[in-house]
Amino acid sequence: MTHCSNHGAPVLALVAGLTLATPALADPGSRLWATGGVTTIEGSAGGGLVPWALLAGYASDQEWGGTVTLSRAEVDDFTLNVTGAALNWHNRVEVSIARQTLDLDTLGATLGEDELSQDIFGIKARLFGDVLYSDYGQWSLGLQHKRQRDFDIPEAIGADDDQGTDVYLSGSKLFFAAVADRNLLVNATVRGTRANQGGLLGFGGDRNDSYKAMLETSVGLFLNRSWIAGAEYRHKPDNLGFATEDDWWDAFVAWVPDRRVSVTAAWTDLGDIAGLEDQRGLYLSLQGSF
Amino acid sequence: MTTLLRVSVLISVMALVAGCATPGPSEDSLYQDLGKRAGIAEMVEDLMYRIVEDDRIAFQFKDIDVVQFHTNLTDQLCELSGGPCTYTGRPMTDVHDGMNVTETQFNALAEQLVLAMEDNGISTSAQNRLLERLVELHPQITHR
Repeated sequence: MTHCSNHGAPVLALVAGLTLATPALADPGSRLWATGGVTTIEGSAGGGLVPWALLAGYASDQEWGGTVTLSRAEVDDFTLNVTGAALNWHNRVEVSIARQTLDLDTLGATLGEDELSQDIFGIKARLFGDVLYSDYGQWSLGLQHKRQRDFDIPEAIGADDDQGTDVYLSGSKLFFAAVADRNLLVNATVRGTRANQGGLLGFGGDRNDSYKAMLETSVGLFLNRSWIAGAEYRHKPDNLGFATEDDWWDAFVAWVPDRRVSVTAAWTDLGDIAGLEDQRGLYLSLQGSF
Repeated sequence: MTTLLRVSVLISVMALVAGCATPGPSEDSLYQDLGKRAGIAEMVEDLMYRIVEDDRIAFQFKDIDVVQFHTNLTDQLCELSGGPCTYTGRPMTDVHDGMNVTETQFNALAEQLVLAMEDNGISTSAQNRLLERLVELHPQITHR
């Protein structure tokens, strides 16, 4: 439970800070509610697991904006904590940074390590289109450069590199009044990657060492303008011989009471990780926008 | 669930969505749900007060004939929603020529419209159906 107290404090501080600061802050930007998505575990704007073509925060074409995010996933044998921040210039370019820490709750004693950790530096450019206003939706191209902070365990299990860069192309479109007159957001992302478990287990491996194209999809239904429910699916490569790697999926609910804050809760299934089966559990993410 | 099953579920959800994206049964049901011309007129009046208060867009409207603008926009939304009205104003492209309406300004107006609809008790369903028709005007309004 030490981790709860460690990470609970900054979450509470952020909530308190956002709540107190709210009346004093200028509006974060002019794009409509929830059109910045939330923040993925890799720091890019999107859902929880899948980056979307949407850029972080609410900056429109004459504005700056950004987000700060704290997220946590507690699955059976692991706990993932993410802190992230992103800047958005004119709804054209998003720059993001995130630190992931995976606590090895049950494996720690065996491996003699408490955690795996990596930093992710992201950039995403909106190529063309607007998620709300364009017939063909919004399309963005992104990079995520990932650097392991301690490579001992990934190296021991056969990972090739301690850093790697994912490249992805995303398309997002909102269909107005699509299901029971509710608006539906559909996202598709193709990612080229060598990452093992998103990079937490390094890059490349004995079974496969080259880039693979992976399909990632999300759908989200706006129940109204502040509640979105949906699901995501993320294909993943399987590069390491020591244990199979599964695809990821989740079902989420996001609450966006106004532009300054959002809260996302998800049931997530990360499959088998490092030989431990069926890693499932709750994901919670708190985002502030400025 | 197997991977294949999950993917097929996702694809069928998406297919279902595509199949649902057709207009409702009655052609003027949106007009009814907006409260007919009187309801639309009230909402447009509220929208105009909101525009004046919004520094992002107020300057774009400063030389308008307020009464004429109210009549034209009300007629336009009435016609767009399937009601028995005819928009008699100039074509949207002409009206916005030289205004250089930015995405920021378009978004600001969309926000004020949604808030005006909310304040007038227009349902989420009717809001979405009206927005679906209004976003078609985006290319006629912005960057001209």
